[in-house]
Amino acid sequence: MNAVRAGLIGRSVERKEDYRFVTGAGQYTDDITLPGQSYGCFVRSPHAHARIRSIESAAAQAAPGVLAIFTGKDLAAIGGLPCGWLIKSIDGTPMKEPKHPVIAEDVVRHVGDQVALVIADTLAEAKAAAALVEVDYEVLPAVVDTATAARNKTAVHGVAPDNVCYTWSIGDAGAVDAAFAKAAHVTRFSFVNNRLIPNAIEPRAANALYSRGDDSYTLYVTSQNPHVERLLMTAFVLGLPEHKVRVIAPDVGGGFGSKIYLYAEESALVWASKRVGRPIKWTAERSESFLTDAHGRDHVTTAGLALDKDGKFLALRVDTTANMGAYLSTFAPCIPTILYATLLAGQYATPHIYCRVQAVFTNTAPVDAYRGAGRPEATYVLERIVELAARELKIDPVDLRRRNFIRTFPYATPVALTYDTGDYEATLKRVLEIADVKGFAARKAESAGKGLLRGIGYSCYIEACGIAPSNIAGALGARAGLFEAGEVRVHPTGKVTVFTGSHSHGQGHETTFAQVVAEKLGIGMEDVDVQHGDTGKVLFGMGTYGSRSLAVGGTAIVMAVDKVIAKGKKIAAHLLESGDGDIEFVNGEFRVVGTDRKKAFAEVAFAAYVPHNYPLDKLEPGLNENAFYDPTNFTFPAGSYVCEVEVDPATGVVRIDRFAACDDFGNVVNPMIVEGQVHGGLAQGIGQALLEGCIYNSDGQLVTGSFTDYAMPRADDLPRFVVETARGTPCTHNPLGVKGCGEAGAIGSPPAVINAIVDALAALGVRDVPMPATPYRVWQTIQAAKRGGGKP
Amino acid sequence: MSEPILLKINGKAVVAKVPPDTLLSTFLREQLRLTGTHVGCDTASCGACTVLLNGRAVKSCNMLIAQAQGLEVTTIEGITPADGTLHPMQAAFKTCHGLQCGFCTPGMVMSALDLVTHHAHATESEIRAGLEGNLCRCTGYQNIVKAVALGAKDMGL
Repeated sequence: MNAVRAGLIGRSVERKEDYRFVTGAGQYTDDITLPGQSYGCFVRSPHAHARIRSIESAAAQAAPGVLAIFTGKDLAAIGGLPCGWLIKSIDGTPMKEPKHPVIAEDVVRHVGDQVALVIADTLAEAKAAAALVEVDYEVLPAVVDTATAARNKTAVHGVAPDNVCYTWSIGDAGAVDAAFAKAAHVTRFSFVNNRLIPNAIEPRAANALYSRGDDSYTLYVTSQNPHVERLLMTAFVLGLPEHKVRVIAPDVGGGFGSKIYLYAEESALVWASKRVGRPIKWTAERSESFLTDAHGRDHVTTAGLALDKDGKFLALRVDTTANMGAYLSTFAPCIPTILYATLLAGQYATPHIYCRVQAVFTNTAPVDAYRGAGRPEATYVLERIVELAARELKIDPVDLRRRNFIRTFPYATPVALTYDTGDYEATLKRVLEIADVKGFAARKAESAGKGLLRGIGYSCYIEACGIAPSNIAGALGARAGLFEAGEVRVHPTGKVTVFTGSHSHGQGHETTFAQVVAEKLGIGMEDVDVQHGDTGKVLFGMGTYGSRSLAVGGTAIVMAVDKVIAKGKKIAAHLLESGDGDIEFVNGEFRVVGTDRKKAFAEVAFAAYVPHNYPLDKLEPGLNENAFYDPTNFTFPAGSYVCEVEVDPATGVVRIDRFAACDDFGNVVNPMIVEGQVHGGLAQGIGQALLEGCIYNSDGQLVTGSFTDYAMPRADDLPRFVVETARGTPCTHNPLGVKGCGEAGAIGSPPAVINAIVDALAALGVRDVPMPATPYRVWQTIQAAKRGGGKP
Repeated sequence: MSEPILLKINGKAVVAKVPPDTLLSTFLREQLRLTGTHVGCDTASCGACTVLLNGRAVKSCNMLIAQAQGLEVTTIEGITPADGTLHPMQAAFKTCHGLQCGFCTPGMVMSALDLVTHHAHATESEIRAGLEGNLCRCTGYQNIVKAVALGAKDMGL
């Protein structure tokens, strides 16, 4: 019987959570309606930057069903939303950290900024009353453009008169200058990494309940990390006792980073729930999601790559301006610094790298982590400039990459990271095969026969996942630890409930973690349930982001399982009248080594809870263990992607004909889930490259504020991906040998797509196509090239 | 309050006594607590709210309950067998890993049912085109496309 269970790790087991999702039985935040439910609606600023002269709410107050209206004045005594990461400027001064009020006090700083909260018996009444709140604004000039924000005469915040949050750097500028001075060739490049809107299909939502009986609060919220949400909300914003607030993130309909953060809305709802004395629910309309979810990317970058005469990289210099938006979101400052510049070595042994980052405030929605978070931006810099250099030097882009690959590990980069393991040649070699690169020339000729331009583009990415060793993160400015917690509760009958601080919002933890636990304990998958997302059940957690769940959260669970087995051995030794050291645990049985005397896992569990025959003098009853795991290093997934496009020069339409990916994620627990993660990441990366772009006009109005204006990838926009997970180089510092797979697709794919388009248009002299490479932009690029310039 | 609206939902006669400007999605979710029908946008763009109306896929967030007068609505709950098993299309989504967070899934399944019952042997590109009204942010669609083809096969179409 145990033989069937062995080998669960590494098998594409169907997901345990799927029954409830495919039957509509999932419970998302908006599905939860509490007795006495009331509804909240936020009055939001229509202006990007304005002073609030007055708010007239008497008519709204008198409207049917209205229970309360709160403005910034009512909440002035509570704290602002905190920022979880402190970055210091080059001169040692701390970043500028303006207050982020839960409800705007006297100035609104982006379209959608909260101005008032209206609470009523029904949602319709709350919305109707919100429309009656009259706000008198003195409109101020708006700062919108990332590149010029630091030169704008208008200040978003008084504490940052030049709109600069920080100017940070990493690497040895002198060594980089020296290398550039002696270089045989320098490739230079300037570009924009387009701003994106995450758009999980489930809009953000919250439902807050105050219980007078025990002076406690319960918050249901769309969160990727409920414990962090609770800690930030209670300790920094509301001043509530942490143990009196329970945060539940039930089924969450996608996050992609946008649900990591503590937002204003849930904080306001918790605060108001006690004052109203009824539970308050708020669910974002999609237009609110567009205006107020934290956005992603938005970099303006200039880069230079110095090479010697043989094409060896000598140095990389990067200068980036990163948009923080109007306020600092929870992890915003670390994205374009710690998660960006430290990845600029990529897969290459570039000896010297220097990167300077200036972060600016603008009158736009806050910008924070979005799938990949800094790493896609770094990969884009590197993989575009490498391919440009190859073109300038007339070296095959694959060959140029190979000449510069890191081939010995561990490898310390010049930008703070030490890669533990990897085999970049292996994934590159394999992706060239599965992409049928050999057949490209024939396909290109065939396309040409149809009047179409075919191009091929490559991308070799690396990412840092398993975030993160707390002491290193702390030294880099993190204000929190980045460990994970897990608990393995064995019930008297031998069934198991696992509690994890990681949160699943599509990643399939209920299956993957159960596979790990079932295999280690030699029991069935059906005997293991995984619980997450509830501070009332789970001991603690730092949540899910940065592809960390299995590498960090999974390791905590493995450690707890090991403790269960260790205790089980002592119990079994007693039951079998043997020494502790003589017991082995194999296939779900505790055995006396070298004999046929054994106890099943369930028998030992029963003895632990019905301790009639039990070593009570030296062992506590029960079988319930927990563990906290703090990683000793990041993990370093890597891979190689190949994209092949066909461009119609008459219309500028780009069709992705082929996309092949080979990734090294170390060991893999569930290949089906891993492949699905890659698919999803690729769709988002291709979305960034071809379709998605957040646009504010010069007044700070969001032009792309709906699904009809912001192009999301749909089924017929995407090719059939060829995805393969390499046998891989297991991570050397966690027991499962896993690295993380959630973000890879979004990290590696944008430069592969753009490189392919540039390759298709290279004969016209085109050197760059901006993202998103919409038909209009590609057509403009082609026309400009025909007129003799390489850029539109 | 206007005249009650009579319709059939998941095979049962329903008398809806709600304001006539009530959206079908709101009625299903708030009055009947059929929360498998999700709302992901307000412009009929995402398809999470898709239900069948007399067998054709419609976006229930963009339709008044009054417009369903005399018609038959089927939601994800309506196709789910009571015995704990799955409809072949639901099973295909599970088998093919055609879902991750699950939020778009009910709408995707309902759209898929319309697609395959009216177009039994759809090719991959026809399935992709047929699902154009449903957004999924998680899967990249590849496994959804596979699931729809398998679901159609297992439905005996």
